[in-house]
Amino acid sequence: MYDRAMPISRDQVLHIGRLARLGLSDAEIDRLTVQLSDILEHFEALAAVDTDDVEPTAHPLPLQNVMRTDSVAPSLARDDALSNAPEVEDGLIRVRAVLE
Amino acid sequence: MSELWELTAHEAQDGLRAKEFSSVELTESVLTRVDAVEDRVNAYITRTDEVAREQAREADARFAAGTATPLTGIPFAVKDLIVTKGVRTTAGSRMLGDFVPPYDSHVYEQLKRAGAVMVGKANMDEFAMGSSTEHSAYGVTRNPWDTDRVPGGSSGGSAAAVAAGECIAALGSDTGGSIRQPAALCGVVGLDPTYGRVSRFGIIAFGSSLDQVGPIGRDVEDVATILDGIGSHDPRDSTSDPAPRPDMRHYLGRDVAGKKIGVPREYFIDGMDDGVRTRIDEALRHLESLGCEVDTDLSLPMTEHALAVYYLIAPSEASSNLARYDGVKYGLSERGGSMWENMEQTREQGFGDEVKRRIMLGVYALSAGYYDQFYLKAQKVRTLITNEFREAFTRYDVLVTPTTPGVAFPVGDKLDDPYAMYLNDIYTLPSAVAGLPALSLPCGLSEGLPVGLQIIGDVGAEGTILQIGHAFEGALDEANRLAPL
Repeated sequence: MYDRAMPISRDQVLHIGRLARLGLSDAEIDRLTVQLSDILEHFEALAAVDTDDVEPTAHPLPLQNVMRTDSVAPSLARDDALSNAPEVEDGLIRVRAVLE
Repeated sequence: MSELWELTAHEAQDGLRAKEFSSVELTESVLTRVDAVEDRVNAYITRTDEVAREQAREADARFAAGTATPLTGIPFAVKDLIVTKGVRTTAGSRMLGDFVPPYDSHVYEQLKRAGAVMVGKANMDEFAMGSSTEHSAYGVTRNPWDTDRVPGGSSGGSAAAVAAGECIAALGSDTGGSIRQPAALCGVVGLDPTYGRVSRFGIIAFGSSLDQVGPIGRDVEDVATILDGIGSHDPRDSTSDPAPRPDMRHYLGRDVAGKKIGVPREYFIDGMDDGVRTRIDEALRHLESLGCEVDTDLSLPMTEHALAVYYLIAPSEASSNLARYDGVKYGLSERGGSMWENMEQTREQGFGDEVKRRIMLGVYALSAGYYDQFYLKAQKVRTLITNEFREAFTRYDVLVTPTTPGVAFPVGDKLDDPYAMYLNDIYTLPSAVAGLPALSLPCGLSEGLPVGLQIIGDVGAEGTILQIGHAFEGALDEANRLAPL
């Protein structure tokens, strides 16, 4: 199903799947190995483009350091901000323990 | 006797101002049409009939009081990634299946301020990732021209609703073609504004350096009117361009003789449909008959790299933007295990296949050892694509191309081949990568299905695009052709 010639290995897919916390099944990892390899193969022509002395574009607009005045204004009410939280306690979002 | 739902927005405005009918009557006509065809189209994720009726009554009061605007009383479909206070907003995802936003997006605020009417939240590919609206957790939207075919995507619900008469006009969003491609496939008009033209405040994020909200309508005048209505500067979006906005409708009806049009040969590839090529060739002759100078001796060699650049940059930005869906603050939240287990379960259950695929692609392109090879390289080639467009616009007023290489394809046809699906966007990606405005408008049929003509302009040149589009539309008599549903 996949081999060393592929641009991305099954182990790499497994690794980035863990980084992205996607809970991928074995079948999904197999499928994504083939699909991502296929997609990345089509991108190989990019490597041949001469980009020496070319600045990267992070953003199409020439805006930089947009500042606003530090003025006092009403913000979202606490109850509204919490209205979609899965678990609320004492006006705060209740989270799972990070350290067991 | 035509029905009220068949009118364009400006025709409806004329009727409302002349008191030929009320906004309530116009809205009821649209809601009746939705009742009649929605089970065949599935344009909406959430219908908002009661919101629409209340807003229609308010609109009638504004006409009586003399405070109506050009959008007052016009029934809209609103793409479901535009957050609407108190109205569920899903972005087409299970992740946000119960999400009821506590605030309004800037664009919906603008629609409300203008007195528009919201008919419902339109279906879309999950988080705007897709070109067919098949990647929605709320079912496929069908093309009103042939319900066995896709409407395009990701704003497929918005475009299908306009074409089917399930609204008069719509808002969509465009990251790599998500307004223009479905507009082309559904035979309606769609505009992707210059990046920074329309506020992204309250737009559920996909690719932040690419996302733009824009109008979908039945003719060019409607699209111009909607852009005027939603396009004001917004300090809550730091990428909102503070430059003044000229009134778009002032450009309509102006002579287009002498306009210089470039037709880049890279947009006429081997794989494109003969029928599309024929319609585009005819369209170029129509533009010449209007006095435009059409130059087909133009090459933009960077065009071929736009697909790779886009599908590295957009997924990279998406992988970062979608990290917020962790089941902690809002959205789907799987419970019962440890923090890390719950986070993985939430994302496994909440995201569909295409969203997972793009997150994976993005995380890979950004990861140590591959960042320079993929993400940084893509950003540099993005610069080259932008420079190539800039150079072309020193010689041409606009560029004209097909919007898509083919007409609407059958449902399921490309679902198992992600790269074949990505190729649908091949003509809409380059201008998106460069942040340029681009319009798609109908230019006839091929095999009974709509073909879209794309007009690309320089930064801030929406007025010129709409001026030429309006003249073309009039010459071809293509405005407001509803789908035969």
